[in-house]
Amino acid sequence: MSKGIVYIILSVSLLTAGIVSVGLGAVPIPASEVLLLILHKLGMYHMQQVNEQHEVIIFIVRLPRLMLGILVGAALGISGAAIQGIFRNPLAEPGLIGISAGATLMAVAVIGLEATLLTTLSNLLGYYLLAFGAFAGAGVTALLIYQISRHEGKPNVATMLLAGIAINALAGALTGLITYLASEQQLRNITFWMLGSLGGATWQTVTALAPFVLIPVILLPRSGKALNAFSLGEMQADYLGLDVNRIKRRVILLSTMAVGAAVSLTGIINFMGLLVPHIIRLIMGVDNKHVLPASALLGALVLTIADMISRTLIAPIELPIGVITALIGAPVFLYILIRDKRKLSL
Amino acid sequence: MLTVNNVTYQIGQAKLLKDISFSIKSGEMVAVLGANGAGKSTLLKLIAGANRPASGSISLHGRPLHHYSSAELAHIRTVLSQQNVVSLPFEAKEIVMMGRYPHYKNNPTAKDNDIVHTVMEATGVYSLADRSYPTLSGGEQQRVQLARALAQVWEQPNALLLMDEPVAGMDILYQQQTLSILKSMAQKRFMVISILHDMNLAAQYADRIIMLKHGRKWYDGTPAEVLNQKSVYEIFEIESDVFTNPATLKQLIMPHEIIFEQNKTPLTT
Repeated sequence: MSKGIVYIILSVSLLTAGIVSVGLGAVPIPASEVLLLILHKLGMYHMQQVNEQHEVIIFIVRLPRLMLGILVGAALGISGAAIQGIFRNPLAEPGLIGISAGATLMAVAVIGLEATLLTTLSNLLGYYLLAFGAFAGAGVTALLIYQISRHEGKPNVATMLLAGIAINALAGALTGLITYLASEQQLRNITFWMLGSLGGATWQTVTALAPFVLIPVILLPRSGKALNAFSLGEMQADYLGLDVNRIKRRVILLSTMAVGAAVSLTGIINFMGLLVPHIIRLIMGVDNKHVLPASALLGALVLTIADMISRTLIAPIELPIGVITALIGAPVFLYILIRDKRKLSL
Repeated sequence: MLTVNNVTYQIGQAKLLKDISFSIKSGEMVAVLGANGAGKSTLLKLIAGANRPASGSISLHGRPLHHYSSAELAHIRTVLSQQNVVSLPFEAKEIVMMGRYPHYKNNPTAKDNDIVHTVMEATGVYSLADRSYPTLSGGEQQRVQLARALAQVWEQPNALLLMDEPVAGMDILYQQQTLSILKSMAQKRFMVISILHDMNLAAQYADRIIMLKHGRKWYDGTPAEVLNQKSVYEIFEIESDVFTNPATLKQLIMPHEIIFEQNKTPLTT
């Protein structure tokens, strides 16, 4: 399949899923009305009669949620692909190797230590602070795992995964400790945040998250060629004229920025970073020049669909979105493990 | 011109290379021989710029190696390493195109595509172009990596080709073809340094042989000068007969059979 066609199919599917998703819920709104209302709002179409209740539901509740899902999905998809490139391993998933847990820990610490700015989570500055905290947590954990898992200049898969288990446990314990010590108000904030999912979406959260996702989505694909060279080994990449350390810093910075921000708003959504690039590689081949942008697109699509399922499967109860992604992602992870069993020598 | 001057390299207390000096001119085809652990790959990595010598200096075209940026070096020297594990299942042609990465920013030019095509033809991997790298045999993978390394400097005479066991895993036809490609590159004014294990291949194709032992340079000269019973025994600790092929006037080394003596050292129970 031509690569251009894949991009077109992904974009059209995302648009369609988005419109359908916005129409679904306790008050169903036909897809056609959703489309027209959006075009109306954008001034590209004039509607004779606007259903104000529908307008509020779409623009205050469902559209921000859709946007948040798209941003978080794109962030998890592209950062998964990029981190796998740097770690030279398709199993390097931000959730599994502890990067998301590091982000969670820092986010909870920000709430727990109650920076004076953060009296309530509802102000924009609070969200930014939370996102920055999570970004820092993700970045530090990524560097730590990278250093631990390297042996004689090469990342060792088994060490990487085992270190991930340890970091997950450690970050989990510290998160628990902070929660235990938190005051009642802080606890309310933490719990509210941990339940996260996409439910808390407002235009404010979307605005806060947007730069943290858009910057990596625009800049990371430029490292596609470098990440390809990385697959030959760090030394070979150096022989090909790359500044290996600069690329590592750049990719880890950009991808943890995306993961951290996503985690800071929605909590950990596992397996997205594994599932999405894997599917893209099956369809388009492994050239990171395409895997990176296409993973952002597919990530957005998968999370949009997963959110649709989580909202409608046992409505009115909402399933955590991580349940859906893990249900699909975990078997894929096992599949890769079994396929590569000999190579991994765990 | 490559100049290696009094180079020493050590890791911890272990001295891997001691006082190595030699220089190589454009157009020379040099084979480096030595037993396992003699320091051949270590020397190649120093010349490649991956590691810096503890003392001594290496310069390329009159300029110290460490004054070149990684990007500059990529245009004037290429390296084929001993171990080539690729972490993603790229197609063979994608791997070869990586050799052209230093030359283009986003999309390969027509020239890059031409070079990739030519090099893949020369190394006999053009028919494997669309195959996924992990599905290739060891020898085929090695040829793809060779093609990548050659593509990197294909149109830059005077460039330095560093080959760590370029024929590892190849069948006899491709061993000969590979050395013949390298030889033809040397004739086009490239500098070629190859680590080889097969002394007969070295005798056949190299203009010059450098022999290493325990991190020191023991012999340095033309095959006729350095390949003889005495040197082969000193370097590899094997008895052999060295003939001169009357048709080609090249040296032929025939190692003597070694009798394995099972109970030489009594087993302790």
